[in-house]
Amino acid sequence: MGKIFTKPEALSDNHTHYCPGCTHGVIHRLVAEAIDELGIKGRTVGIAPVGCAVLAYNYFTFDFQEAAHGRAPAMATGIKRVRPDLIVFTYQGDGDLASIGMGEIIHAANRGEKFTTIFVNNAVYGMTGGQMAPTTMPNQRTTTSPLGRNVEDTGMPIKMAELLSALQTPGYITRQTVIKPKYIVKAKKAIKQAFTYQVERRCFSLVEVVSTCPTNWGMTPLDAIDWAENTLLPYYPLGEYKTPE
Amino acid sequence: MAKVLMKGNEAIGEAAIRAGCLNYFAYPITPQSEVAEYLSKRMPEAGGVFLQGESEVAVGYMIFGAAGAGARVFTTSSSPGVSLMSEAISYIAGAQCPAVFVNIIRGGPGLGGILPSQADYFQATKGGGHGDYRLLVMAPASVQEAVEMVMKAFPLAEKYRNPVMILGDGLIGQMMEPVEFPDGLRSEPTNKDDWATNGMDSRNSDKQNLVKSLFLDPKALNDNNLALKAKYDRMKIEEVRYEPYNLDSPYQALIVSYGTMSRVCRTVIDNLKSEGIEVAMIRPQTLFPFPEKAIHDAADVDGCKIVFSIEMSMGQMVEDVERCIKGKRPVEWYGKCGGDVPTPEEIMEIIKERL
Ligand SMILES: Cc1ncc(C[n+]2csc(CCOP(=O)(O)OP(=O)(O)O)c2C)c(N)n1
Ligand code: SF4
Repeated sequence: MGKIFTKPEALSDNHTHYCPGCTHGVIHRLVAEAIDELGIKGRTVGIAPVGCAVLAYNYFTFDFQEAAHGRAPAMATGIKRVRPDLIVFTYQGDGDLASIGMGEIIHAANRGEKFTTIFVNNAVYGMTGGQMAPTTMPNQRTTTSPLGRNVEDTGMPIKMAELLSALQTPGYITRQTVIKPKYIVKAKKAIKQAFTYQVERRCFSLVEVVSTCPTNWGMTPLDAIDWAENTLLPYYPLGEYKTPE
Repeated sequence: MAKVLMKGNEAIGEAAIRAGCLNYFAYPITPQSEVAEYLSKRMPEAGGVFLQGESEVAVGYMIFGAAGAGARVFTTSSSPGVSLMSEAISYIAGAQCPAVFVNIIRGGPGLGGILPSQADYFQATKGGGHGDYRLLVMAPASVQEAVEMVMKAFPLAEKYRNPVMILGDGLIGQMMEPVEFPDGLRSEPTNKDDWATNGMDSRNSDKQNLVKSLFLDPKALNDNNLALKAKYDRMKIEEVRYEPYNLDSPYQALIVSYGTMSRVCRTVIDNLKSEGIEVAMIRPQTLFPFPEKAIHDAADVDGCKIVFSIEMSMGQMVEDVERCIKGKRPVEWYGKCGGDVPTPEEIMEIIKERL
């Protein structure tokens, strides 16, 4: 009988610390598969964020740096500028990328830095206990918006893929999700495409992945998937926002 | 090599290239923007990397990323910019990466002013960022010394896997002086395969390298802090540098002063000598590690009645001087911190008044 399931080489044997139903693990796997398929493990450097994926370096088998909150794109810039032959990616949550690290991601994208960003949008600050993020939905309850996000005084959720696509510098910007198998196949393709553009030294690439945080949404994993599909996806439409062509 | 006349800031940029550092990230700020202007042309000529970042916050992390990947890298800034870089400096120290930071200090706090100052002494020597870390801090008193310190900073940063800071002031940056770039101070970057994220293929390894400052386990974090402390203790033994002045005279007072301020103090000592008053000076060239023993011993000799810490700050180094002297002599501070450098006449008057 042939093998029907293997673990990507780029993924370590460690058990992750992610909650049941959390999509971080699926995204890690897709990144690892893309790295394996492109044969770039030996020259890849990942950058872990501050957020639930802070320990991401434990789950991969290649070099990793651990950033300060929001600063991963500046670190990736530093690495990529001095070692353009390395394949560099940042892995960031929505608090990390769209709040404290907004400046770094915009400028890195605008300079056309040739690294890849995996942007995990779960509409909440996971690690610190479910506080409001810039991506939190209107009326969504979080620990710092207990009555629901009031957009009158906190503004509307930021659509990062759209915002970054507005830059004039060429890049690859796409929004995907991994909440169901049909989406996972597409997300995998997008992640591999993002790394491929980097291997070809073409452009900055970012894959926003709409994700779940059942723990801080106060939902079962299945309800979280439904909520993501029915509430997040209409506001955060999937698709390619920008390609370098 | 022949001497050339150069502005301090440009000489600092050139010194880094001559030392073998070909990677520079920076954000403009007076009074050191000339370093970036100079290197924006020179780095590409030398085949190196020049990038103007979007802020000093970002630049700090560009330095961290590049240093973590094993490259020789440096930046230059001035006080408000160094405050913004201090978060990254803490991470770089915690993750044990070598990097060189130059601070051409201007007046503070806040936006302060653009004239020379030494008010970032605490920030540099006691840690501007969070956590238990130290920088190896060198303070040049001339453009030539700035060149030599920059050139020595890279191998020192690599020896200790720790950030090194060159603490100059606006005068060092703006002044033009004849300089020479000693060939002997050129150095090869050390091999960093043991720890840097330079890509497993680059080092023929299948073992992952991690550059991080996160240690969730209390024992692991304590161990990391002990490892850092061991490095700082070793610096205290191996890297203390200072210059004595008029120390073999029968001096009645001792001055401790560094950088531009120490040049004025030399004039003070020469002038007082001609009036028959002997004063000596210890000029710290490293501010961390601090020349504790030299200062203590110089103050402790018979005949030395008083010690002055003369600095362009409202009394920062004086706390370290007091610490060294352990109450054996009265210690007085004198300084100014608005951008004017205290004149020899002012200082002579103070000294004569106290003696
Ligand atoms: C400078 C700084 N500020 C705040 C924090 C605390 N903090 C840790 S993680 C986090 C939010 C992370 O949320 P997100 O980026 O959305 O990632 P997730 O945990 O949801 O994956 C915050 C605010 C920190 N570590 N550093
Ligand atoms: S808190 Fe949320 S984002 Fe973090 S591991 Fe748990 S489910 Fe995932």
